[in-house]
Amino acid sequence: MGREYDLELVNVSKSYGDTVAVKGLNHKFHAGSYVCFLGPSGCGKSTTLRMIAGHEDVTSGSIVLDGFDVSDLPPAKRGTAMMFQSYALFPHLSVRDNVAFSLRMKGVDQTTRHKAAGEMLELVDMSQYADRLPAQLSGGQQQRVALARALVTKPKVLLLDEPLSALDPFLRIRMRAELKKLQRELGITFIHVTHGQDEALALADEIVLMNNAVIEQSGSARDVFNAPRTEFVARFMGGHNVITLDSGKFALRADEVGVGPSGMPATVTGVEYQGAHVALNATTQSGEDVLALLPEAAFFADPKNPGDAIALTWNEGRLHRLQA
Amino acid sequence: MAMSRHVVGWMQAAPLALVLAGFLVLPVILIVVVSFWGATEWSIYPAFLWDNYEFLFSSPVTYRVFFNTFKYALITWALTLGIGFTVAYFLAFHVRGQTTQIALFLLCTIPFWTSNIIRMISWIPFLGRNGIANQTLLDWGLINQPLEWLLYSDFSVILAFVHLYTLFMVVPIFNTMMRIDRSLLEAAYDNGASGFQTLWHVIVPLTKPGIMIGTIFVVTLVMGDFITVRFMSGSQSANVGRLISNDIALLQYPSAAATAVVLLCTVLLVIAILLRFVNIRKEL
Repeated sequence: MGREYDLELVNVSKSYGDTVAVKGLNHKFHAGSYVCFLGPSGCGKSTTLRMIAGHEDVTSGSIVLDGFDVSDLPPAKRGTAMMFQSYALFPHLSVRDNVAFSLRMKGVDQTTRHKAAGEMLELVDMSQYADRLPAQLSGGQQQRVALARALVTKPKVLLLDEPLSALDPFLRIRMRAELKKLQRELGITFIHVTHGQDEALALADEIVLMNNAVIEQSGSARDVFNAPRTEFVARFMGGHNVITLDSGKFALRADEVGVGPSGMPATVTGVEYQGAHVALNATTQSGEDVLALLPEAAFFADPKNPGDAIALTWNEGRLHRLQA
Repeated sequence: MAMSRHVVGWMQAAPLALVLAGFLVLPVILIVVVSFWGATEWSIYPAFLWDNYEFLFSSPVTYRVFFNTFKYALITWALTLGIGFTVAYFLAFHVRGQTTQIALFLLCTIPFWTSNIIRMISWIPFLGRNGIANQTLLDWGLINQPLEWLLYSDFSVILAFVHLYTLFMVVPIFNTMMRIDRSLLEAAYDNGASGFQTLWHVIVPLTKPGIMIGTIFVVTLVMGDFITVRFMSGSQSANVGRLISNDIALLQYPSAAATAVVLLCTVLLVIAILLRFVNIRKEL
């Protein structure tokens, strides 16, 4: 029986001397959800993950897992497991021994731990490589082994520190689909740190967007994308224009901007053909850059060139007011 | 100027090959040749005789001296490994900041600013019957009469060896340890390994090549040494090196050469056995 939340951050802060890395984080994570910590580098997302994992001490506040304050427990006693950015597989151990490592540390006998490791390797489809050394595997295969090693401890929460950043783009897309599938099968919480918004949008049940040591916004991928709270969120998530009107700042999705007979006057600065869309960059009279993603057919019905004066139009209802 | 890559390669390798051929291979061949020569009390003459080897292998002194040599090598190895590993571990994993690491590392090399002999001799006034060590212990009332075994004993020989050669263990081990990815230690911690388990299951296996290189240094240096044994044992103990140097002093070159050939073969055998255990090639 699952509770509604299994991981909770209570006023968690981390500082190194005078530098504040994470400032008073409060957040509840739904049990069994795929959570992405998103943000630019240095925003505190990795530090937060490492505090949840137990590889960094919290300066103040607590981390509550399954009703217990785990802030002072060592990583292996928390019920979390971490998958490292570079996978950190032990180069001198075979794939099977890597996966069985934590069981060996607990003193589990060889037959039992090899059986458990075999099951995990089965899960990530790596059984046939059990006797290889990590150096004999490709990046994607190493990642699966790292996953198996983290999962063999039966964690309640799996922590992934930029797990896809070491892979080439093609493999990245394949592995992220596998991560999502695995998370659904296991039903445990995955917390995944990334700086790629496309990765977060593709994977996350919940996005936690951090900036300057605090959570800027959190919510489902659609909510965060469609209703950015601040200008930073709108710009970081991409696909948005931030437009200043008399009544304040507004976010407007690039694919909601059209070119019409009347509207906000602007000058075309660039045209880029992107296949299904044409990306049209324009500068308004107040000097703001606006990106319009126009359907291909609509653009070529009345093509524009850099330097042309145009009028930008949008549906007033699609303007989203920003709080900051 | 199109020279085949083949020729260029040979030419690049040639200078070092010539130096090694002239100063290493040729002398070794000469020693092997001389080891078959004959000798009388006043002369040596070219021949092909097994006499030198027969005498060597039939003399109980040889076995005692070889045993002594192995004993020194083994005890020195164990001590330098223990100390060297600890120092390297401290430098690599406990000292924070590269500047401090380098500073402490250079500190370790300060004794090497003077020669081996001076470092060795400096122990004598310290360990002697009326030396600093005995005086201090007497003053503290820990002993009633000077300890005799401090100097001119196996103790002082091994002490000097450890003093001279520990750095040869520290450097390669430190070097391998610095290449260990720190995230491996975190991964071990994440997997529930205690400090000792991390040391035993992660650091030691990954440091093996460094340990092996240090072992080769120390074992070959100790097995080939004669001066330390002579000074520090007060000519009361012998190892193979001293056997050879005594023969040379008596101008018994063929006998010395035969002993040298046997020692060389023994050391090469030891290294061959060591290399069976660990592949050091990836370190080089």
